[in-house]
Amino acid sequence: MAVIQVERKPLSFAERTYIPQILGGLKTTFKHLLKPTVTLQYPEQRPEIPKNYRGVPTLVKDPNGREKCVSCQLCEFVCPPKAIRITPGEIPEDSINAHVEKAPQAFDIDMLRCIYCGLCQEVCPEEAIWLQNQFSMSGYTRAEMVNNKAKLYELGGTLPDDHFKWDKKKSAEEHGNAH
Amino acid sequence: MFDFYFNLPLWLRLVLQGTAVILVLFPIAAACSMAERKISAWLQGRPGPNRTVPPILAWIPGIGVFQRLGLFQLAADGGKFTFKEDPIPGHVNKFYFVAAPILAMIPALSTIVVVPFGAYFNEAGKLVPIILANLDIGLLAVFAVSSLGVYAVILAGWASNSKYPFLGGVRASAQLISYELSMTLSVLPVFLWINAPGGEGTLSLFRVVELQSGSGFAWDSVWYVFYFPLSAFIFLVALFAETNRQPFDMPESESDLVGGFHTEYGAFKWSLFFVAEYCHMIVGSAVFILLFCGGWNPLPGLPLGDVIHWLSGFASWAAHPLVMGLIGIGIFLGKVFASIFFFMWVRWTLPRFRYDQVMTIGWKKLLPLAIANLIIYTLGIAVLAHLKK
Repeated sequence: MAVIQVERKPLSFAERTYIPQILGGLKTTFKHLLKPTVTLQYPEQRPEIPKNYRGVPTLVKDPNGREKCVSCQLCEFVCPPKAIRITPGEIPEDSINAHVEKAPQAFDIDMLRCIYCGLCQEVCPEEAIWLQNQFSMSGYTRAEMVNNKAKLYELGGTLPDDHFKWDKKKSAEEHGNAH
Repeated sequence: MFDFYFNLPLWLRLVLQGTAVILVLFPIAAACSMAERKISAWLQGRPGPNRTVPPILAWIPGIGVFQRLGLFQLAADGGKFTFKEDPIPGHVNKFYFVAAPILAMIPALSTIVVVPFGAYFNEAGKLVPIILANLDIGLLAVFAVSSLGVYAVILAGWASNSKYPFLGGVRASAQLISYELSMTLSVLPVFLWINAPGGEGTLSLFRVVELQSGSGFAWDSVWYVFYFPLSAFIFLVALFAETNRQPFDMPESESDLVGGFHTEYGAFKWSLFFVAEYCHMIVGSAVFILLFCGGWNPLPGLPLGDVIHWLSGFASWAAHPLVMGLIGIGIFLGKVFASIFFFMWVRWTLPRFRYDQVMTIGWKKLLPLAIANLIIYTLGIAVLAHLKK
């Protein structure tokens, strides 16, 4: 590459007084005075969240309103900061989904520990845990920062899901010949 | 009502007037801190403080405008400064440490005594200044008293018994003294011009404005900023340095001196330094406006007298001394606020100087310029006086 020697021009008298430059600067800043502000007024205005944003991990239900989580505890084992704590449980006898699968009795995610890595979502065989676009978790106490099962389902809501695995398992159990 | 007031003993009237002026000046200086935040926000394209509102007031409809303007920020800041914990470091000399902010306030508030902030015509048609003390040594008093402010800075830096405040205090004292010279030299041509040989000599700021209030295209209708542009420029630059405003923000430059001379101060004592700085700014811009920008005259060639005359054509009560005085004060304060806006505008435009640059500009650039300015105007005025004979 050719080395080009750039000759630095000596400053003119007007430039050495800095006054034209200062006046130019004042003009520039004054223009900004008249421009509209660009600040996002946060609590009222929310930023656009990208589609694949990895926010707070949540639990989701299928379109029939059933819990997708089967308390396999894979996410608990894979969680690097050990933020997830699952207490496995059975589905009650009187439920229509009894004997098909299991469901968590308690599901806590400690958001003070969570590092939003998304491994729980990767590992989940039921696609029950999703990192969604909720990005602002805050609270006044440590206890407030632990999301329990009810809170997780409230945050997660329903995920469109075409498999209806529960229905298939139920019918397979009733008519035999599973799979 | 006026008779009752003017029948009071002189000392009581002076105390009342002085208290009234300080009661106006202090809140304006405090409001400047809010204006600083707001104007800097606007210049940077952000809304600035617009959240604070007292819970009960928030229910009143229409209060949102004041909230968005950040007006309640002033009360919040004041309350915070008054009630938050104000620790005094264990390693300082308590007496001098506490005395420094008080000493900062005294010159800041007392220079206003000789600054006229309005005028009215009495029954004889003579212009009477609205001023606490119309001294013949007006400007000298301003310079003498306002330069006492440097003692507070040095005392604060020294009494803190800590490295950064000490360096800040030393830098501040050097800077303030350097620029005091150019400042004083720059206004001399104005007073050479006013004090024509053989006439009555004066340094009164009121007289300066009086000589700028000709109407129409008379010689004395031109503001002195057009007669003495270089003087005005030097005075303005020196004023920036004297009031420790950016880009001459040496005493408290956060980036290299933490907080400068007030590093160890907090809460109310710190806010006293802050208010003192703004008081200096207000009085400094007031002096600049009186000297170079026609004081309470709205426009060059359009003095206050003409405006009053024109207004009293519509409403006779406009010629009442009280109304005249209020109009004069209003115009003058408007100019002062414009000048304070300029201070803040410059702050968000220019980067801070390095300390050696501050010294170079002060001693190698401004001082020779001020001396040359003085010599040229002295010669010019001498030639003019000779031609007149």
